[in-house]
Amino acid sequence: MELIQQLVNGLSLGSIYALIALGYTMVYGIVKLINFAHGDVFMVGAFVGFYSITILELPFLPALLISMIVCAIFGVLIERIAYKPLRNATRIAALITAIGVSLLIEYGMIYIRGAQPEAYPNDVMPTSKIDILGVSISSQSLLIFFVAIVLMIILQFVVHKTKIGKAMRAVSFDADAARLMGINVNNTISATFAIGSALAGAAGVIFGIYYIKIEPLMGIIPGLKAFVAAVLGGIGIIPGAMVGGLLLGVIEALVSAAGFSLWRDGVAFVVLILILIFRPQGLFGKNKREKV
Amino acid sequence: MTTNKPLLKVDAVGIQFGGLKAVSNVNVELYPGELIGLIGPNGAGKTTFFNLLTGVYVPTEGSISLEGQNLRKLPPYKINQKGISRTFQNIRLFGDLSVIDNVKVAYHSLAKHSMISSILRFPTHFKGEQEMDERALEFLKIFNLDHYQHELAKNLPYGQQRRLEIARALAANPKLLLLDEPAAGMNPQETHELMNLIAFIREKFNLTVLLIEHDMSLVMGVCERIYVLDHGQLIAEGKPEEIRNNPKVIEAYLGEEVVS
Amino acid sequence: MTILKRAKGFWLSILLSCIFFTIIQTMISGGLLNPFYQNTIMLIGINIILAASLHLIIGITGQFSIGHAGFLAVGAYASAIMTMKLEMPFFVSLLVGGLMAALAGLIIGIPSLRLKGDYLAIATLGFGEIVRIVLLNIDYVGGASGMQVSHLTTWPWVFASVLLTILVIRNFTSSTHGRACISIREDETAADSMGINTTYYKVVAFAIGAFLAGIAGGLYAHNFYIILPSNFGFLKSFDILIFVVLGGLGSLSGAVLAAILLTVVTTFLQDYPETRMIIYSLVLIIMMIYRPQGLLGTKEFTSFFKRKGGHKHDNEQTIA
Repeated sequence: MELIQQLVNGLSLGSIYALIALGYTMVYGIVKLINFAHGDVFMVGAFVGFYSITILELPFLPALLISMIVCAIFGVLIERIAYKPLRNATRIAALITAIGVSLLIEYGMIYIRGAQPEAYPNDVMPTSKIDILGVSISSQSLLIFFVAIVLMIILQFVVHKTKIGKAMRAVSFDADAARLMGINVNNTISATFAIGSALAGAAGVIFGIYYIKIEPLMGIIPGLKAFVAAVLGGIGIIPGAMVGGLLLGVIEALVSAAGFSLWRDGVAFVVLILILIFRPQGLFGKNKREKV
Repeated sequence: MTTNKPLLKVDAVGIQFGGLKAVSNVNVELYPGELIGLIGPNGAGKTTFFNLLTGVYVPTEGSISLEGQNLRKLPPYKINQKGISRTFQNIRLFGDLSVIDNVKVAYHSLAKHSMISSILRFPTHFKGEQEMDERALEFLKIFNLDHYQHELAKNLPYGQQRRLEIARALAANPKLLLLDEPAAGMNPQETHELMNLIAFIREKFNLTVLLIEHDMSLVMGVCERIYVLDHGQLIAEGKPEEIRNNPKVIEAYLGEEVVS
Repeated sequence: MTILKRAKGFWLSILLSCIFFTIIQTMISGGLLNPFYQNTIMLIGINIILAASLHLIIGITGQFSIGHAGFLAVGAYASAIMTMKLEMPFFVSLLVGGLMAALAGLIIGIPSLRLKGDYLAIATLGFGEIVRIVLLNIDYVGGASGMQVSHLTTWPWVFASVLLTILVIRNFTSSTHGRACISIREDETAADSMGINTTYYKVVAFAIGAFLAGIAGGLYAHNFYIILPSNFGFLKSFDILIFVVLGGLGSLSGAVLAAILLTVVTTFLQDYPETRMIIYSLVLIIMMIYRPQGLLGTKEFTSFFKRKGGHKHDNEQTIA
């Protein structure tokens, strides 16, 4: 029964990874950039949620929405200011910029409000335990999982049924052709950043409620792991990011359950290196070859 | 000329990408000293065929051998060392290296001085490097590129870049030279000079040349034999005049451009 | 240029650097430099080695590796184990540190160098994190509370290592082997088709870079009284990366200059770490947007003193 409990924990954690991974994967799919700052958008989301709940005294759902909106705007600003001028630059230049933006957000945050952590109030959501078939599961775990699933379903709808979703798919397939077909590529890229960042913001709020403690450097490790999740599922593939995130969460929970909790942070990177070596296109990806 | 053994023998070679057959069942024999054209409409698989010959792609069927030696599964650098050298359709020079250094890279596999001797600056290093310098300069003179030797390759005019790429390919001392649309983007005057150059190096270095060309009129003028590829398959082979009148070739090129 | 001329420039720069060494050594033994300045000089030296070693991997071979602190960590811990646990002499410990880091370079390099660009970057980043987490979990080296190390790093050791690093990298780069690496940076497919064994040279660059970073690790460990896994996180890798990027990808003297400049800046901003990081990251972003080739581009410091068309890479030891 211990095992099942750990699995549930893993799925909750994994759904946070999945939400962040979606932003990585969408952005990579469309501009071929590893947006290192994405983990920090997640951090900003956690803080916006925190202040909404404590200062504005809002309940969970409005706080979640505010956080998503603020992060969406923030993501678009990052893209317009830092990444857009580099769209035709080398990959290395873009990657270095992304690292720079990430550090700027982290240390800018510390500069503004200090490095001290904050604690989410623990009465945002009921914390009762629910017994299912002899396994006690916290209602928070279920709620997190539920919220994540709802957001992913909405995302699927946006990507497959709306005009902007079609534009996103077209641009990620071939930006030049999309432009010729009259799609506004700049707006589509901005929309992608907005959606991805909103999901990261939501992940930040959920993280705060689940793990209580938040601080300005909290985005680094979950951000990197979410990237691992995106690679695991096949970068650029939206369902891949979801599955990759959940899978990574479960793997970590199982490693902890096996008594290696101190090694937990290392597992993600071992998974990353293994997947890069043996199946660099990811679980769901197709093998691509370079044109010579 | 075709009495001796073939230099290159391509036996029923093909490759699939996913389910798509990009090239299938291609048989080609090149004899020492020949200048052969490989033509075909856009997307016929010409460059893919070059990539198969040079080891960039591993064929899923068939075999390729050079002077009787099987080249299957050899990586590109080994195939180059065995004696097949190439140029690329979209010029691939080492842009931030100087013109002479581009040629020296091609000499690399012939270098006698080891990494240790270079790091510790043994006399063998200086001797080896000086030999390379001298050879490379001699080589650039043949191509009239010697006065550009210290320019960065990326700063050369387009036509000179094409020349340099051919020079670099030749510096590796190949037996077979593969040229992928060498005249692309050139004006008639430059094209004419290029063809003279190809004829000249072929004589001088005792080379076999396989030339991909999109423009049929150009190949007709210089090549002794021509292979025609369409949809990944050989549809004709023969002397220029035979190819010119081959109904299959005319059909393949119809809607593509006017056959002259 | 003849061999004779080249050799002349070489010996001249060796001579100049020896004079530089003696001046600093005299100042240290004469008590003219207080411990703060001495420490800054050691750090500059160590950072030059790190910058130069990463330059070989990124700037010359074009392999975007962002886990360099991992090699630093392996070297630091390996050499600390040598002196503190096995009571070996400092020289041996530096060498072992370098060799262990080179081994780590081979282990991570051989599989990951099949990856390109972004993927390689992430794999090396992952490697750096794995090293840190492994060190965190080994009680033999103190885990999270770190390992005590005696202070053995002195100016002669630092100077000799810097000189060795720069000579090795310079000599390697300006040879056919270095050109092979540059050709990989410029166009891997073309390099491969011109007879360059690209995998071999990528691994070689990785191993040499890791070896030198390992030596820097030995010096680093014995410059402080304690080493902690948290000294070798992603931020450390980033510090090294910024030397190479700021100096100009492909320029050894650029990387060395940037290492000197930024170490000095860091020392002055020691009490304001956030400000330092904000400045660093802003510099990086603005640099990438307006001057992505870095301060010197691929040029070397010495080429500014030469006639146009002169040979590029020559003696840059003079500034070390």
